[in-house]
Amino acid sequence: MTQLPKSTDKKLGLVIDLDTCVGCHACVVSCKGWNTENYGAPLSDQNAYSGAASGTFLNRVHSYEVQPEQGEAQLIHFPKSCLHCDDAPCVTVCPTGASYKRSEDGIVLVNESDCIGCGLCAWACPYGARELDAKEGVMKKCTLCVDRIYNENLPQEDRQPACVRTCPAGARHFGDLADETSDVSILVAERGGFDLMPEQGTKPTNKYLPPRPKDVEPEFDILAPYLTPIAQDGKGFVGWLDKALSSLPGGAK
Amino acid sequence: MHPAPSVIIFTVFSGLGFGLLFWMGIDATPPTGWVGFVFFAVAYIMAVGGLLSSTFHLGHPERFLKAFSQWRSSWLSREGIASVATLITMGFYGLGLVFFDVAWQPLGWLGAFGALMTVFTTSMIYAQMKTVPRWRHWTTPALFLLLSLAGGAMLAGKIDVSLPLLVLATGLQVLAWVHGDGRFVASGTSMETATGLGHIGKVRAFEPPHTGTNYLMSEFIHVVGRKHAMKLRIIAAVLGFLLPALGLYFGDNHGIFALAIVSHIAGIITLRWLFFAQAEHVVGLYYGKR
Repeated sequence: MTQLPKSTDKKLGLVIDLDTCVGCHACVVSCKGWNTENYGAPLSDQNAYSGAASGTFLNRVHSYEVQPEQGEAQLIHFPKSCLHCDDAPCVTVCPTGASYKRSEDGIVLVNESDCIGCGLCAWACPYGARELDAKEGVMKKCTLCVDRIYNENLPQEDRQPACVRTCPAGARHFGDLADETSDVSILVAERGGFDLMPEQGTKPTNKYLPPRPKDVEPEFDILAPYLTPIAQDGKGFVGWLDKALSSLPGGAK
Repeated sequence: MHPAPSVIIFTVFSGLGFGLLFWMGIDATPPTGWVGFVFFAVAYIMAVGGLLSSTFHLGHPERFLKAFSQWRSSWLSREGIASVATLITMGFYGLGLVFFDVAWQPLGWLGAFGALMTVFTTSMIYAQMKTVPRWRHWTTPALFLLLSLAGGAMLAGKIDVSLPLLVLATGLQVLAWVHGDGRFVASGTSMETATGLGHIGKVRAFEPPHTGTNYLMSEFIHVVGRKHAMKLRIIAAVLGFLLPALGLYFGDNHGIFALAIVSHIAGIITLRWLFFAQAEHVVGLYYGKR
């Protein structure tokens, strides 16, 4: 049923720390690795060994440069996958009932055997969290590794999403965001976690932690002030050389 | 948005087909016998052909029956139901006209209402998309309905109604274009809100997630057509509105009216192509694009 549940018992989701993420793409690789051989259709690639490779991914890492009004620009690596929204617009547009949000834990899933591959849910998602698999013709999205987190065949430490388990920087955290006492909720409260595109009204479960401001480097080399700065105005010999070379035919002015 | 030919053909021709069915349904003196057959055949070829064309962009068209199940929340599902119900109702109405020479008028009215509902539900598939600010506006359903009624009236040979409808549609289309141009910015979604990093400063896409393209980029980021948008708008307006209106006003024979209809259809295909090609999806912001 593609109507959304009024509320969910839990809100399982991710908290992604933009301060810690180093942009290594390990979460992308582990996500594809786990999800291509477990729940649902495999994640296909097209022309994987050509110059025009493309493929289905449930998690992608962007990199942004953010330029403050004063000071140095910051480079921020930005992993993005399904945010398992409370008000998921992708679910309600589905004509077949293939897309649904689970009332027990809030995970948004696709029942692939009901999916007609119309792509409307991907249109409705502002985050680009859904990708139509070119080979299988069904919609693929992050399952929050629903086949890991409840999997009693796995050791306890592996019962979390593959991206979280693999992150070498500890930038990804998994837990119940409905429980105010959970580690992830405390993290969000203490670090000022935020929503992506709040104006879209999707009420995402996943939160992002802001990167901390860059340190202002103090002058650490006591000799630096005494070093001769590189000539910009070209006086003396350099100035003569500059003029002489410029006056030659084809010389730079 | 990627202007997929299957969806353009679908919206243009099923719009015209259902528009024609609307005028057939409310006609007090509907055509009967062979003439009625031709009118209904044209309407059904357009409406059904358009609907069939829309299934070409599905990944699994063989599962289409499932799409009738979620009418409570999904405009696409509602559209499926409205279209099939209308086609069945008007099928019986046409049966009476063509073979028994009788007009079962209540069936016609019901079918006409269904035809309007079908076009409305189609338009709401687009107008509901908060992710595409250009579409999310009352002008989207209004224009779909008006174009369907105008085109349908032309096909039905109702020149006196189609002329004012064409003029109205022209005005509404211009309003939709002009107002639509500013809606992406007005929606408030920007790279800063998309990344949540606006509190630090101006955000610029530094490196995409991958070297190649992907489904999202080919489906939602379409920049090729936009640079010719103004020219295409003029072409669409001339072909879709101006020439047909002149033809209807000054024309005095069926040849001119047929040309007016052909010109109108070519114009509507152009503006429907623009409807998709010019629409910017907010997901493009993550790629630093619109």
